[in-house]
Amino acid sequence: MPSETPLLSTEDLKVYFYGRDKISRAVDGVSYHIYPGETVCLVGESGCGKTVSALSTLGLIPSPPGKIEGGRIVFKNRDILTLDDAAMQKIRGDQISMVFQEPLTSLNPVFTIGDQIGEAISTHEMIGQEALDARCIALLKDMGIPSPEQRLKDYPHQLSGGQRQRVMIAMALACNPDLIIADEPTTALDVTVQAQILNLIKSVQERDSMAVLYITHDLGVVSGIADRVYVMYAGLIVEEGDTRQVFGNAVHPYTRGLLASLPNRKKRGRRLHNIPGTVPNPAYKPEGCPFHPRCSYRVEDCKTVLPHMIDLDEGHRTRCPVMA
Amino acid sequence: MMEKPLNENTEILDAPQAPKVSRFVQGFRLFNQNRMAIVGLVIFVIFFMTAVAGVVLTSGQDPVFNPALVRLQEKLLPPFSRPNLETLKAHEAPTLGIYVLGTDDLGRDVLARMLQGAWVSLTVGFVAVGIAVVVGIFMGGLAGYYGQGGVRYDQILAVLLLLSGIISFFIGWVRLGGGLFLVGILCFMLSLAAGYANKSHLVPTWLRKIAFSFDTLIMRMVDIMLCFPSFFLILTVVALLPASIYNIMIVIGLTSWMGTTRFVRAEFLSLREQDFVSAAKALGVSNFRIIFRHMMPNAIAPVLVSSTIGIATAILTEAGLSFLGFGVPPPYATWGNILSDGKRFIFDAPWLTFVPGVAILIVVLCFNLFGEGLKDALNPKLRQE
Amino acid sequence: MISFIGRSIVQKSITLFFVSVVSFLIIHLAPGEPSQVDPMNPKFTPEMVERFQKEFHLDEPLYVQYLYFYRDLFTGKIVSWKDNQSVLSKIWERFLNSLPLFIVGTLLTWTLSFPVGIRSAIHRGGIYDRSATFFSYFLISIPGFFFAYILIILVVRVLHVPVIGMETFGMGDAPWPNLFMDRIWHLLIPSVLGATGGIAVLSRYVRSQMLEVEGQDYVRTARAKGLPPDQVHYKHALRNALLPFVTMFGLILPGLIGGSVIIESIFSWPGMGRMAYEAILARDYPIILTVNFLSAVLVLVGTFISDMLYLAVDPRIRL
Repeated sequence: MPSETPLLSTEDLKVYFYGRDKISRAVDGVSYHIYPGETVCLVGESGCGKTVSALSTLGLIPSPPGKIEGGRIVFKNRDILTLDDAAMQKIRGDQISMVFQEPLTSLNPVFTIGDQIGEAISTHEMIGQEALDARCIALLKDMGIPSPEQRLKDYPHQLSGGQRQRVMIAMALACNPDLIIADEPTTALDVTVQAQILNLIKSVQERDSMAVLYITHDLGVVSGIADRVYVMYAGLIVEEGDTRQVFGNAVHPYTRGLLASLPNRKKRGRRLHNIPGTVPNPAYKPEGCPFHPRCSYRVEDCKTVLPHMIDLDEGHRTRCPVMA
Repeated sequence: MMEKPLNENTEILDAPQAPKVSRFVQGFRLFNQNRMAIVGLVIFVIFFMTAVAGVVLTSGQDPVFNPALVRLQEKLLPPFSRPNLETLKAHEAPTLGIYVLGTDDLGRDVLARMLQGAWVSLTVGFVAVGIAVVVGIFMGGLAGYYGQGGVRYDQILAVLLLLSGIISFFIGWVRLGGGLFLVGILCFMLSLAAGYANKSHLVPTWLRKIAFSFDTLIMRMVDIMLCFPSFFLILTVVALLPASIYNIMIVIGLTSWMGTTRFVRAEFLSLREQDFVSAAKALGVSNFRIIFRHMMPNAIAPVLVSSTIGIATAILTEAGLSFLGFGVPPPYATWGNILSDGKRFIFDAPWLTFVPGVAILIVVLCFNLFGEGLKDALNPKLRQE
Repeated sequence: MISFIGRSIVQKSITLFFVSVVSFLIIHLAPGEPSQVDPMNPKFTPEMVERFQKEFHLDEPLYVQYLYFYRDLFTGKIVSWKDNQSVLSKIWERFLNSLPLFIVGTLLTWTLSFPVGIRSAIHRGGIYDRSATFFSYFLISIPGFFFAYILIILVVRVLHVPVIGMETFGMGDAPWPNLFMDRIWHLLIPSVLGATGGIAVLSRYVRSQMLEVEGQDYVRTARAKGLPPDQVHYKHALRNALLPFVTMFGLILPGLIGGSVIIESIFSWPGMGRMAYEAILARDYPIILTVNFLSAVLVLVGTFISDMLYLAVDPRIRL
């Protein structure tokens, strides 16, 4: 683990959504950090708050219902939560970019690909049209899109799902950001395309020594690409560590349940394991440890006391006093 | 990989849940958020009660408020003026002691006329929209659900033969007429058999093709109706027919079904493809039941919204027709009537225009607000649970 | 593309045909005779009535009348029953009167609705939005002529601006800038009146479209790229939100013939709406039917233009 300062350090972030008569605590005290050049995965099921924490990094939380209620996000030694929108605009796309889950709806249907990629560049740099086009073509080529010159004039609906996602990634990479946040970029795609996209991200990252925050619910993906992993449940981190530690030596019952649910050859013919119960509604979270209603290792205290993170090994921490 | 649990405790506890609310309660709550919609609803209720009270208080031989009583000596008195009791007979004095809203050019109590008119305006609105909605749902449902079915060529042929047979018969070409008619009957029977008795081989394939589907038919009818500028059409028909309140209601209704048809058709078309319909069919549920129990509740939302706004429009249209002289004829009073009668005295007796004008404004406003509130409440995209 | 145009034209022609039949039937099946022909009307001797009937083929069966009517219409020879003048020239003359009203009204409506609607959407829930919403509801709900009278009273009493008719009587010899200003004054109130209702409805629609688009994923992407808010709203969001309005553009066309009967009556404006109204009163069938026919033509042409515009503007639709 490099002992440099982290590129991005989210500390005790709290993001709440205010409804008519309830408060949805989507992110309830989450801390993670990312060092330059490394790949960090944020893992969890739908509704655990991973997308919300990513969006907060870019200041994209819709403000009437949502509010950042606490914490800091320190990027390159500045707390970017304190920045106003104009200052954030300079960071977005240029130093931190994001790739979203649904490439079809995330691209504007009435503008060409060239237009949209070009925009990502021209917002942050002064550049002439010809140079701009050349950069776009180079980017598309990098992404492995055939005949990039023609593609510039195409509209999003004319491309396949995989190609669209490559375009999204091209847009995110256009200004050589220090950090890319990828929010389930392959969930909407076929498995074969998924592998291609993952390889693409990895190769770009190695070439440009970019940090990647990869958000997913798919543990198979995590084991393939992550340096370090954070497991999220109900708005909290429940386990963190490097990949080897978390996958080989999982401590928290939730993590263990997730890993045990993965089908593999050895389990053929037997019933698959599942974690009984359902993910809690962020507005109606149980008292104490949020996982306790579904946990087989629960003791009395679990129902009332919210546990802290406990250090296990070097860098390996968990939020379960029972199993630690 | 999993160790044995510390305690054999595999029971799942109940996690706290969001309170379960039905769709109606959700919608109701959403509606409550919209203050303007609540105001609209409240005003509507007040209006409704006033209208009902109005009918009761102004009808019959000796009503509490008499809208038809002419007192020429008391004409054009401003609101809150006292009656000149010396010139009036005992029963002619206004009920509340003063002319609350003034009198019109015939000395009639404006308050009484407004009370009477409330019910009539309300009725015109509701009946007109009721007709439009019934026609619209029928046409839209037919187009949306049975749209693929249609009139076949062989059916057309049979009908043509029958008709021409009958016409020729009556013109005088008896034998030709009779012959055509008989051939027509034959074709008709063959069509019926082919269509409903599964004996399709009786009619050649090229004749069994659908000439035009119900969907096309109904949509073309909608297109045709939309080519007529609506106010003109209403005006034309109302001007050409004898003046009567029923004519007006029917005409307004029959010229505003097109929107509802489109909504219902669109909803049915999209719902028809959804899985729950296939599931119901697979379970053997009859078509009728599918339509009424499963699809209709979903399709009702836009219809409901457009109905409330439609009532508002109908009331405004009636006012417009009255202005041009084609409104509901006397002795009925409608707010439109009163408003248009008052236009001659706009400078001398402005209350004759203001009172009904403001009243119409408030009521129509409340319907519009209520309709928009409904739209937000029923909009599935806005529901958050 | 060509086949689409061809099919469109054929379909619309068929619709037009049916419209002509339906309108013909409506007029002729209504009870009562045209006043000119009413045997009860004391102004006409029986001989005149008979001559009138012969001249306008009123004694022949309906389908023959139908054919005569449309033959006359297409050859331009159609003639009003009231005063024997050519219908087409009468319509044209009144049309020219209605045109300025229509143009100014439409311009006002379209140029004011968009800024109001867009601003309401971007600053949703703020003071601007709430007041704009309130006014919109107010304007939609007020009976047209009531509002007209209020405006007239206000304008005449307070501003002393002439209001009735197209120009002030007796201004014939005045220098042309005065004439011009006079015309403008007279044009002002009726157009504003016509426009207010339109602005209320259209701005609400603009607002709701903008709101829907602002919630879309691609707007979020635009922000995530670091685009300034102006670009996000006016380039990315607006371009998509405007799509349905481009098609509405084609549908303004029918408004040409519509003309508002009510507004023209109040202001004694000699326009198409009033002509049609007077024709209805007098049962002047040729005028009624011609206006109807032209209006249908305009609706169909307008729809056609809308379809074409939609094809041109939305890259997702290519035939």
